[in-house]
Amino acid sequence: METSRTRDAGDADSLRDTGSRKGFLKRIGPQSRWYWARQMLENPVAVGSMIFILLVVAAAFIWPLLSENYPFRLNPVGRLEGPSADFLMGTDQFGRDVLLRGVFGARISLAIGLSVMMMSGILGALIGLIAGYYPRLDTPIMRVMDGIMAFPPILLAIAVMASLGPSTGNVIFTLGVVYTPIISRLVRGSTLSVKQQLYVEAAQSIGVKDFGIMIRHIFPNTLSPLIVQCTFIVALAIIAEASLSFLGAGVPPEVPTWGAMLKDGQTVISRAWWMITVPGLLLFATVLAINLIGDALRDAIDPRSRQR
Amino acid sequence: MTQYIMRRLLLLIPVMLIVGVLVFTLVHLTPGDPAAVILGPDATSEDVEDLRERMGFNEPLYLQFFSWFGGVLQGDLGESYYLDRPVTNALLDRAAPTILLTVYALTIALVIGVPVGIISAVKQNSIIDRLAMIFAISGVAIPNFVFGIFLIMVFAVFLGWLPSGQYTSLAEDPVDHFRRMAMPAFSLGFSSAALLARLVRSSMLDTLKEDYVRTAYAKGVAFRHVISRHALRNALIPAITIIGYSVGTLLGGAVVTETVFTLPGMGRLVVNSIARRDYPIIQGAVMIIAVMYLLANLTVDILYVYIDPRIRYGD
Repeated sequence: METSRTRDAGDADSLRDTGSRKGFLKRIGPQSRWYWARQMLENPVAVGSMIFILLVVAAAFIWPLLSENYPFRLNPVGRLEGPSADFLMGTDQFGRDVLLRGVFGARISLAIGLSVMMMSGILGALIGLIAGYYPRLDTPIMRVMDGIMAFPPILLAIAVMASLGPSTGNVIFTLGVVYTPIISRLVRGSTLSVKQQLYVEAAQSIGVKDFGIMIRHIFPNTLSPLIVQCTFIVALAIIAEASLSFLGAGVPPEVPTWGAMLKDGQTVISRAWWMITVPGLLLFATVLAINLIGDALRDAIDPRSRQR
Repeated sequence: MTQYIMRRLLLLIPVMLIVGVLVFTLVHLTPGDPAAVILGPDATSEDVEDLRERMGFNEPLYLQFFSWFGGVLQGDLGESYYLDRPVTNALLDRAAPTILLTVYALTIALVIGVPVGIISAVKQNSIIDRLAMIFAISGVAIPNFVFGIFLIMVFAVFLGWLPSGQYTSLAEDPVDHFRRMAMPAFSLGFSSAALLARLVRSSMLDTLKEDYVRTAYAKGVAFRHVISRHALRNALIPAITIIGYSVGTLLGGAVVTETVFTLPGMGRLVVNSIARRDYPIIQGAVMIIAVMYLLANLTVDILYVYIDPRIRYGD
């Protein structure tokens, strides 16, 4: 009862005071192209996940500046110390602040996740558009994509990293290539169906160049599933980067990453539980938040998926 | 049916060729001279030249590829630089833990994932459903190696219930084997169980809305039988596709899991070979695992036709 009254009041408010945030959201009806944004902002799980990611990003950039415990500062006296007022989650085997390093590690993880998403997103979309648009190129291109997908992603990434050597750029390149087929399959599928539309034929008949048709008429219609899939790529890439760094085949060991911290932590697992708890939980929570944002985005864009 | 299987087997050849080209390219991605990289900075130029000659790096690229791929087709994956023995033998020695780990993990995924998905769907929106879906969503988000480390911390370090590290073969001591494989298999299979639970739930929910399920209820079939005979069989069809995909994830995950639990499998050999720059081992392992994955997917596709008579490939 209480809730229904407040909702009514909210609706009445929205008529009078269109400036308030709630009122503003209510004005976006199901016909609006921004309706998905309203649904996202009205979904508490999605909002909570987005706030969590923003907090992690903010902490990763601001906290190292404010704290006197620099993430790289060695402290030979205070090695493997448990949580204390000075070091909230203890220190590692070099006396470095574990929580600070964990938060700092978010930078690398998120940067790699986003870069991999950009790379496989752009590359995959281009390949998918070309394969879907030109029937002659379809089979050869997609067979190569099938070939890449014949490898378990993490194994392919290990093999490529073994050849290229550990560096942040190589991790991004490798994972970008590994996840490209997922995107290209998706975009190719949508392209094949969009290509049949009358407006594509119309554009062709008035002489619009192929590339223009692909970018301006077909690509925008493949965007919704692409954006959803890209969210999941960020999560996959973060897990893959952590796995690579854990195996010592990722970013160089001196860079603080969650994977490398877990690797160090496992060697002293019986003496310092905090060394694996901090990076482990941060990794888990970040991936969880990104997956939940992806799920919410899918529900908002494709209402049919919601009952599931 | 036989025709379909034959056709699928023939189609494997071009895929294998592409896989072969990709694996071969891996080594040639190395910036600079692979021989110099393998031998490290202290090697003399004669040593490098010697290795180049031995590994056939002086031949034209396409000849190198065909001699390597020809060997692969005959089961010869080359010589390991570091172990000084044929790659095929080295990998076969290490295959058992990897294959067993994958099989156990898949079993755990099925034994947990399928029932949880069914119960969740049958009791949609109940507390059990909510809890199951929280498990499913978290399970997908936790990387298997992180889960493995946490399992070690809780069950080996704090509680001391299970041993961690070191491997006992099945033939040697079955009880100890399963005690040592419990945590690795569980940590590896957990994400797949979660994924499977979600998928079975959603396909079960779709099936429960079908007309034939309503008909079954209407003619008085017991609830238990509607679920097991009418709904489940149809709901499992999409789940089977994901099993093929899971085999790939599990084989890849086994590489990381073996490192966490120090199991002497192919994956750990690959990881150790990275620092030794033993490329033939890496190439060979990647090739073998890719072929295992392709065959698993083929098996799943064939099972699919058996289970669902509506699907007919032939045409």
